Amino acid sequence: QHRHLLELLKRTTVHGESNSALIIGPRGSGKSALLNHVLKDLREMKQVRENLLEFFMKNPFLPGLLQTNDKVALKEITRQLQLENVVGDKVFGSFAENLAFLLEALRKGNRTSSCPILFVLDEFDLFVHHKNQTLLYNLFDISQSAQAPVTVIGLTCRQDILELLEKRVKSRFSHRQIYLMNSFDFKQYIKIFQKQLSLPPEFPDESFAQKWNNNVQHLSEDKAVQDVLQNLFQHTKDLRSLHLLLMLAVSALTVHHPLPTAADLQEARRQHRGDSKANLVHGLSVLEICLIIAMKHLNDVYDGEPFNFQMVYNEFQKFIQRKAHSMYNFEKPVVMKAFEHLLQLELVQPLERPSVRAQREYLLMKLLLDSSQIMDALQVYPNCPTDVKQWAASSLSWL
Amino acid sequence: MNTRQQSKLTYSWYGKPLSSDRKLRNLQYKGILITSESNKTETCVQLGDFILVEGVNADKPYVAQLVDLYEDGAQHKRAVVQWFCRSEEIPQNKRKLLKREISAQEVFFDQVLGYDTDIAAETIIESIMIKPLHLSEELPTIALNKKQTFYVKQSWDGKCFKVLSPDTFSRLKEANNKKAVITNSSKTFIPSDILTPVKKETECVVGSATKPKKVDMEIESKHSTSKSSLAKERHSQRVADNDIKTPTARKKLELNSPTRSKGRLLGCEVLGLLDDDCDAVAPLEPSATKRKVKFTSEILGSPPKIPCSNDKSKSTSESAEHYQRFSDTTQLSSYTKVKDFSEKDRNPPGKDDILSLVGYQKPRSQSPVLVPRSRRTCAQRTSALIAEQISMLDQEDLLSGSDSSYSSSSEEEEDDDVPCTPEKKTKSSRILSTPQSSRKSAVHTPAKTPKKTPLPGTPRTPRNATPEIPRRIQAAQEPASVLEEARLRLHVSAVPESLPCREEEFQDIYNFVESKLIDGTGGCMYISGVPGTGKTATVHEVIRCLQQAAENDEVPPFQFVEINGMKLTDPHQAYVQILEFLTGQKVTATHAAVLLAKLFSTPGPKRKTTVLVVDELDLLWTRKQNVMYNLFDWPTQKHSRLIILAIANTMDLPERIMMNRVASRLGLTRMSFQPYTYKQLQQIISSRLKGVKAFEEDAVQLVSRKVAALSGDARRCLDICRRATEICEFAQHKRTPEIVRMAHVTEAIDEMFSSPYVNAIRNASLHEQIFLKAILAEFRRAGVEEATVQQVYYHHVALCRMEGLSSPTVSEIMAICSRLGACRLLLVETSSKYLHMRVRLNISQDNVMYALKEE
Repeated sequence: QHRHLLELLKRTTVHGESNSALIIGPRGSGKSALLNHVLKDLREMKQVRENLLEFFMKNPFLPGLLQTNDKVALKEITRQLQLENVVGDKVFGSFAENLAFLLEALRKGNRTSSCPILFVLDEFDLFVHHKNQTLLYNLFDISQSAQAPVTVIGLTCRQDILELLEKRVKSRFSHRQIYLMNSFDFKQYIKIFQKQLSLPPEFPDESFAQKWNNNVQHLSEDKAVQDVLQNLFQHTKDLRSLHLLLMLAVSALTVHHPLPTAADLQEARRQHRGDSKANLVHGLSVLEICLIIAMKHLNDVYDGEPFNFQMVYNEFQKFIQRKAHSMYNFEKPVVMKAFEHLLQLELVQPLERPSVRAQREYLLMKLLLDSSQIMDALQVYPNCPTDVKQWAASSLSWL
Repeated sequence: MNTRQQSKLTYSWYGKPLSSDRKLRNLQYKGILITSESNKTETCVQLGDFILVEGVNADKPYVAQLVDLYEDGAQHKRAVVQWFCRSEEIPQNKRKLLKREISAQEVFFDQVLGYDTDIAAETIIESIMIKPLHLSEELPTIALNKKQTFYVKQSWDGKCFKVLSPDTFSRLKEANNKKAVITNSSKTFIPSDILTPVKKETECVVGSATKPKKVDMEIESKHSTSKSSLAKERHSQRVADNDIKTPTARKKLELNSPTRSKGRLLGCEVLGLLDDDCDAVAPLEPSATKRKVKFTSEILGSPPKIPCSNDKSKSTSESAEHYQRFSDTTQLSSYTKVKDFSEKDRNPPGKDDILSLVGYQKPRSQSPVLVPRSRRTCAQRTSALIAEQISMLDQEDLLSGSDSSYSSSSEEEEDDDVPCTPEKKTKSSRILSTPQSSRKSAVHTPAKTPKKTPLPGTPRTPRNATPEIPRRIQAAQEPASVLEEARLRLHVSAVPESLPCREEEFQDIYNFVESKLIDGTGGCMYISGVPGTGKTATVHEVIRCLQQAAENDEVPPFQFVEINGMKLTDPHQAYVQILEFLTGQKVTATHAAVLLAKLFSTPGPKRKTTVLVVDELDLLWTRKQNVMYNLFDWPTQKHSRLIILAIANTMDLPERIMMNRVASRLGLTRMSFQPYTYKQLQQIISSRLKGVKAFEEDAVQLVSRKVAALSGDARRCLDICRRATEICEFAQHKRTPEIVRMAHVTEAIDEMFSSPYVNAIRNASLHEQIFLKAILAEFRRAGVEEATVQQVYYHHVALCRMEGLSSPTVSEIMAICSRLGACRLLLVETSSKYLHMRVRLNISQDNVMYALKEE
C-alpha cells in the first residue's frame, strides 16, 4: 500500500500525471500516518527535491470537519495555494466568483509546465454531502483533463464511500482505492506494544533506558499483561486505544515508582473499560437509586414500554409501604426533584421534547440503563440498605 | 452609458430632406438631431460623422461612420453605416497577426462582409472622433476628450489586417475634418488662437454674440451636478449648436479647421483647447488672469502624463529642487520645448519601468514643464506662483509616502469630482475643465503604471490579474519506457485526434450545427447518455471542427460559449457566465438575465451566431425552471441566432423534470449516446495504443468485456488499463515481462471492483465479530431487520459466555457499535439514544455469514 501510494504521488510530481485515489480504512488504522509517511519519503527523493518547495507549500490538507460547505473549502484552497496575493484585498466575492476564479487558475496550467498540486481531503465522506458535490466534481474533472496536474487523495473510514458519489462524479474518479486494515494478529500486537513502550536509543540517560527497556521486555512476557492486552485486542484492533491504555499506565509512574508494572496496566485497563453510566449510578443518593430500581421493575413488567413519573412514584410508594424498613417516606415534590436530577444525568430520557402543555408528571420516559448495569452498580454501591438491595433483586413475585 | 440609460433620447431629423426616392418612398437627410430630455442637450449628427452605435455590450458600443440617413416608407428612421472594429471584437487568435499591442483607443476599418450596415437610427448614441493614422505613426498618447476619440490605422477584413488604402485614408481624414468643424465647433474656433493671436482678437469680437452664452455656460456648469465627461461633451456640443446659428462664426470655423487637425496631430491640442478655452474667457475677466493661468498649467500638466514621465524617467530620483530648477529653465525656453516633448512622447515607453513611486506622482508635479505654451499668452509673473505650486506638490509627494501614494491620488480624484471643494470655489473658472482632465489623470495612472504601484489596497490591479499556478521548477519528465508511454496515452485527459466509435453521432451533431449556422437560425439539441460515453468530448470535437471550418470560410463565423451545470454554484449563475463569455461584462444574475434577453430578442447589427453548450443540464433545474425556460426560449426568437447543445445523463429528462412549456421549447432534436459495447471499447483502447506494444490482445479484450458488461464507461476502461500497467511495472522488477498480460488486468479489475466489506469484517476485532453475530442472532429471533443495541447486547453477552470470554461492559459495546457504524458496516442512529439506538446491517446477512464462517 505504501509503495502503491508512493508510486502514485511520484508520478504526479515527476511526470505531471493527474490522479485520484481513496484511502479507506477503519478509524485508527493509520490512514493519515501512511500518507504523511509517503509524503516524507517523497520529499527525500532526489527527483522530487527540485519541486520540493512548491510541493511542500501546496499541500492543502482539507479536513472535512472544518470545511462545512464548499464555499469555505474553496476559500481554504485558495489560501493554501497562496493565490490570495493575486486576490489581494478584493473582498472575497460571491461563491460563484470564487469558483470561477479557482477553476481558471487551475485551467491555466498544463501537464508540463505547472507545478503539481496535491489535494488531500481528510474525512472525504463529509465532502460528499456538500450540495451537488460541486467541489469533488471539479477536482476530479481537473484530474481527468489536460489541466494543471493534480492528485486528489481522499481519506475516509466509510466502506460504502463509492456509493455516495454521484454518478458523474463517480465516473470521473479513477477508482483507485487503497484499503487499510488492521490485519495483524496478537503476536504482532504484542510487538507493537513493546515498540511503543520502549525508549529510543538516543535517550540521554542510557542506564535508565536500558533498565526501562528490559522491564518492557519483561512486561510483554508477563501473563497478566498479556491477558490485559489480549482483552483489549479482542475488543478493538485500533492502535489508538492501545496508546490510551499505555498512557494511563505510564502516567501513574512517579520518582519512587519508576517502572511500570503489570498492576499498573491492569488498573489502567480497569479504568479504560469502566462503564460510564454505571459509574454515574455510584454517585446517586439512595432515593435516586430507589427510583431507578422502580423503573427497572416497570421495565420488567411492561417489557420495555415507556413510563412516566407518576408510574415510577406509585411503584416507589408500593415499595415504601410494604417492604421498606429503613426508608423514609419522601414527599412527592422531593421525589420529583430526584427524578429531574436523573433526567439531567441522562439516565432517563424523555421520548419527546417536553412541551408546555404536557404535565411533567406524565411525560413519557425511557430508562437508559440495562438491568445488569443496575445490578452491577448496586453491588459496589456503598452503604446500600439491605431492603433496597432485596427489592432490586426480587422479581415480580414479591408484589 | 450611464447618461444614456438615465435619459430618454428623442431623435429628429436635422434639416430638410435632401433627396427622396419616390419609388422606395425613402427620404434622405443629411443629419439627425438627438435630443436628450433629461439634460436638455441636443446633438447633431451629420453624414460622414463617426458615431457610437448601441451594441451587445453597453460599455463598448460599436464604432461606425455614418454613410447615409433616410426614412423609409414605414417612417422608420434608418441609417447606413460603415463599421469600425474594436480590438475586442477581433477574435483572440487573430489579434496575434497584428504583432503589436493594440491600445483601447484603436479601431480598425471594418471590411468584414456580412454585417448588416443598415441600422435603426435610434441606436446611435453619440458622435465621436476617429483619426486616421499611418501605420508607422504612434498613437497620440494623449486622449482627447477621453473615450470619444479613436484612431484607425489598418483595416480588418475578417482574416488579416491591411494598411488603409490611400483613398480611404483621405476620405476618413476629410470626414474627420468636416466633422471636427461641425461637432466640436466650440473648441475648433479657438485653436486659431494658437497660430494667430490677432485672429483670436477678431474671433472674440466676431463671436461676441456667443461669448456671453459661453460665460453663462460656465456658470451653469458650475452648478450642474453631473460632472461626467459625457455631460461635458454635451455641453460643449450645445455650445456648438449655438455657434452654428451664427453663420459668421461658422464660416470662420471652417476656415480654421485645417490648422486644427494639424494641431491634433501634434498630439497636444486638447491641452491647447482647454488652455485657450480659458484664454478666450480671459478678456472678459482681466483681473482673474493670473489665477486662471496658474490652474491652466495644472490642467496641462495632468493629462499628458506619458511625455512627462518619459522625459523624467531619465532622472527618476530627482528631488523637489530639481523640479524647480527645471521649471525655471523651461520658463525661459520657447515653444520648441513643447515640440521636444511631443517628440519624446514618441519614444518607446520602455523607460517607464524604472519609474519609481515618485514618478507616479510626477504627472501632477510636472505641470510647469508645459508652462511655456500657456505662458505665451499670459504674463511672466505666473512663474513665481508656479514655482510655489511645485514645491507644494512636492511636499505633498513627500508626505504621502510610498504606501499611501495611491490613496492620496484617489483623494485627489475625489477632490476633483466633488464640484464644491473650497479650492475650486476660489478658482471658479477652473471648474469647467479641471474635473475632466484631472479625472483623466486619475483614471489613466493606475492603468498605465500597474507595475509601479504594487500597493496593498489597490482594488483595480487584482481584478485584472489572472490567477496562475506557479510554474514548476523542474520540467516534467518524458515517459521513459513503453509502459509509461502507454500510461500517458491511456490517461483520460489525453484526447485523441479522432474519436473512434462516435463517428455517427459526430456527423449528426456536426450536420445539425452546420446547417443552423449556414441558415443563420437558432435551434436546440438535446444529447443524453450515461457518464463516460463521450458526449462532451464529441461535442467539443464538433466545435473544434466547425471552428476550423469557419477559419477556412466554409461556414460563417460563430461564437462558442460553454457552461457546465456542475461548475456553477447556482443555476442563475448561468446567465452571468454566458454574458461574460459574450461581452466580458460582469453583472449580477438578474441583471445578466435582462441583458441577455434583450440581446437575443432584438436584432443586432453585428450579430454572430452563438453556439452554446450546456453541460450537465439537469443541474440547471430550479423550481420555477425559469433558467431552462429562458435558455430554450431564446433560440426560438427570430433574431437570436443561438444554437444550444444541451448535454445530460438521462434520456427522459425533458419528460421527467421539465414542465411542458420548457420541454416543448427544447424541441424534438434528441440524440442519445449508447454505452460502449465491448468491441467499441476495445477499439478505443487499441486506437490509443496505436504504435505502442504494451498490451496483450486478450488483456484488452478482457477489460473491455468486463467494463461493457458493467457500465460501458470509457473512463473506467482507461483507468483499469492504466492501473494494469502499473501492476505490470511492479512485477517487472522481479521478472521481465514487458507487456501487460491477462494476470495484471485481472488483478487491476479485482482491485477496482472488489467489495471491501468481506475483507473489512475479517479484519475486525473479535468482539466486533461477535457483535455482528449477535446482530444476526437477534434478527433471526425477531424476524425484523432492525434491533436496538440493548437487544443485541443480551445476545452478545450470551455468545461471550459460550466462547468463554469475559463479557464487555455497555460502554464497550457502544464503542464497538460506533466503530462498526463509522465503517458503515452497520447503519446506526444518533448515539444520544444510547441503549435504545436502532441498528441495521448495511450489507446482506449472507455476506456477513460468509465472512464470519471462514474463521
